[in-house]
Amino acid sequence: MIYLELFLTFLQIGAFSFGGGYGMISLIREKVLMHGWLTEEEMLNMIAVAESTPGPIAVNMATFVGSSQGGFLGAILATLGVVLPSFFIILIIAALIRNFMKYAGVKAFLGGIRPCVVGLILATAITMFMSTAIGFSGIGDTLATDFNGIIIFAILILINIVAKLAFKKKPTPILMILISAGLGMLMYSL
Amino acid sequence: MKKYLNLFLTMLKIGLFTFGGGYAMIALLENEFVSKKRWIEKDEFLDVAAIAESTPGPIAINSATYIGYKKAGVLGSAVATLGVMLPSFVIIYAISLFFDTFLSLTYVAYAFKGIQICVVYLILSAGVKMLKQTEKSIFNIMIISVTLVCMVALSVFAVSFSTIFYILISGTVGVVVYLLGKIRKEKKHDLS
Repeated sequence: MIYLELFLTFLQIGAFSFGGGYGMISLIREKVLMHGWLTEEEMLNMIAVAESTPGPIAVNMATFVGSSQGGFLGAILATLGVVLPSFFIILIIAALIRNFMKYAGVKAFLGGIRPCVVGLILATAITMFMSTAIGFSGIGDTLATDFNGIIIFAILILINIVAKLAFKKKPTPILMILISAGLGMLMYSL
Repeated sequence: MKKYLNLFLTMLKIGLFTFGGGYAMIALLENEFVSKKRWIEKDEFLDVAAIAESTPGPIAINSATYIGYKKAGVLGSAVATLGVMLPSFVIIYAISLFFDTFLSLTYVAYAFKGIQICVVYLILSAGVKMLKQTEKSIFNIMIISVTLVCMVALSVFAVSFSTIFYILISGTVGVVVYLLGKIRKEKKHDLS
């Protein structure tokens, strides 16, 4: 039953992903790849779309995956699933636990989670880089190195450094996405 | 009724105009609800932001739920949450209908190959930014490096170990370290 599966999976994502935005990507990636709902490439495409459209990335991902697997009803159920846990948690906190952040136990628990999320994001980025640019996602894979990809990655780093030196400002994610779209068209069509 | 409509429309506007996720949305929420509408005091808003960041789920949804509840109770929180997510739902649903067709164009597919690399770059730089902002205590460095090494190693060896466990284990370690510290302090106190 795809509807129930979508709802429950995104309910899990909503309940256990901390850190918002990119912090949620490691769990979304794990679940979506595990169920075979998206490939790594499709997921990266969707993150780019989510980054270029308004709204939280997790909600955008839920809507897209839900729609691709179960049509309109799937989109509604997945989106509802990802939102419900935080909705109830916040409701309880707002209504009952005024000093939620001041409890020592809560602080200690969150103090452990915060660095964990940093580790998760970095690890996710590294494994994504390995699978997209080097074509390596696990032992036994034959490598399919994508040199164009590695060059684009290097160019993006360079652009970032130059922008920081010249304008004292990092380019926005949307600008970076547009630049890399141009680079992609140029390099892969050669 | 007017109260709910006002809440809904304001959240709809915020949902429609925030790009770049959670933190960008917090700035917009503050501008709207603290500076303009004065529904919430500055101090309380800082609490809202801290809670939204510390609880699971998207930051924008969390803050909308909280503000909605404060303004108009349970129904208010439902109205606010619905308002903030409706624009992205409609936009992404529309995109999902023709995205595959769009991607089947050769040049679009090339563009997205470049974009995929860019997304990896964006995630990496978000991680590096968070790493820089993290206090460099022994505890934090330990958790970050153990999580990082385990996750990369397990994925290389194709062992499945859910992200949920990393979160729960790290939180528990945080509590245990806190309790141990407390016990040690009490012992010292008893001795002196």
